[in-house]
Amino acid sequence: MNQQTSLTWEFLKGLWKDNPNLVQLLGMCPMLAVTNQVSNAIGMGSAIIFVIVFSAAMISLIRRIIPGQVRIAVYIVIVASFVTMADRYLAAFFPDLSKSLGPFVPLIVVNCIILGRIEAFSAKNTVGRSMLDALGMGLGYTIGMLIMGTVREVLGSGTWLGMTVLSPSWYDPIMVFILPAGAFITLGTLISVSRLVQGKMNGK
Amino acid sequence: MELVVILISSVLINNFVLVQFLGICPFLGVSGKLDSAWSMGIAVTFVMALTAVVCWPIYHLILLPSKLDFLQIIVFILVIACLVQFVEMFIRKTAPPLYNAMGIYLPLITTNCAILGFILISVLRNYGYLETIVYGVGSGLGFTLALVIMAGIREELRFADIPKPMQGPGITLLIASIMALAFSGFAGLI
Repeated sequence: MNQQTSLTWEFLKGLWKDNPNLVQLLGMCPMLAVTNQVSNAIGMGSAIIFVIVFSAAMISLIRRIIPGQVRIAVYIVIVASFVTMADRYLAAFFPDLSKSLGPFVPLIVVNCIILGRIEAFSAKNTVGRSMLDALGMGLGYTIGMLIMGTVREVLGSGTWLGMTVLSPSWYDPIMVFILPAGAFITLGTLISVSRLVQGKMNGK
Repeated sequence: MELVVILISSVLINNFVLVQFLGICPFLGVSGKLDSAWSMGIAVTFVMALTAVVCWPIYHLILLPSKLDFLQIIVFILVIACLVQFVEMFIRKTAPPLYNAMGIYLPLITTNCAILGFILISVLRNYGYLETIVYGVGSGLGFTLALVIMAGIREELRFADIPKPMQGPGITLLIASIMALAFSGFAGLI
């Protein structure tokens, strides 16, 4: 576990040990807002992976030329450019998805997970390493959203990715799970459970 | 009348934190103490109103006529960042007590998605100048309301016996869900 230098570890740490939304509690807004359906979670996750990997690569490429005082502004402009690309792409090829994600695609700019990873990692490491780290974080984030989306869509409307899982003939959907309140319940429970598991693992 | 509806709906019905999920990070991070929640809320409301005042003309008078509206994300975030910096310097020079109260929260506001979110939404809904400003103030007040209620509950919670894995974010999110349920009762208001 403590091979801090291995490349696999750079990738894997985002999935569990430093999972962005369950452990670091970064980027909670889209996590809560777009997970009422699995398809939204997948769309949002892909957009985030795209933005985080390419911004990380770009910034670690030019990390030696960025002056220290204005680095945050430079990061924001680079991230905003990639977010604009993702936003335009979604609007052109997946108009429905883009509509149901609403302002949350543009809001990736201020998602703290991206700026956080760039400031903490990409600005200090080589391109390959930063991209692996970013990919791990993006995937960890997407997996978190997928779990939430699955719980909320299955319990809230009895479907998964649009397919009927719990037949309406005997299952009465628990409406609250697709409402905002359900998002808070699901995330709160998920974080508590992941802490419980982590505590058990450390206790051994 | 239109403006009153926008104000009420942005404070209560479409509360920024509890219904639209914008500004969750400060909602979880700064809601530990009541007075810091107040300061954060006021700072956010102030910056939101300023953002509305500055960003609306930029979008409608510069970006839209020159067909550069796809640049809105980059332009808005830069304007907000500069605005926050400027407000911070201005307050530090002119009103030190106010700076002590909300100064440390100002830099955090740049990355508060509620600010960028509100201006993007008002562009999306095609609000006029006055409507945008009212919407900004209303959203800020809604944010403050949710933050202050949460801080009040969490101050009481300090003496409660909470299972270890649920301490911190776990229990906060569960309380937020109950608050969201309560706020959904306002839906019939208008």
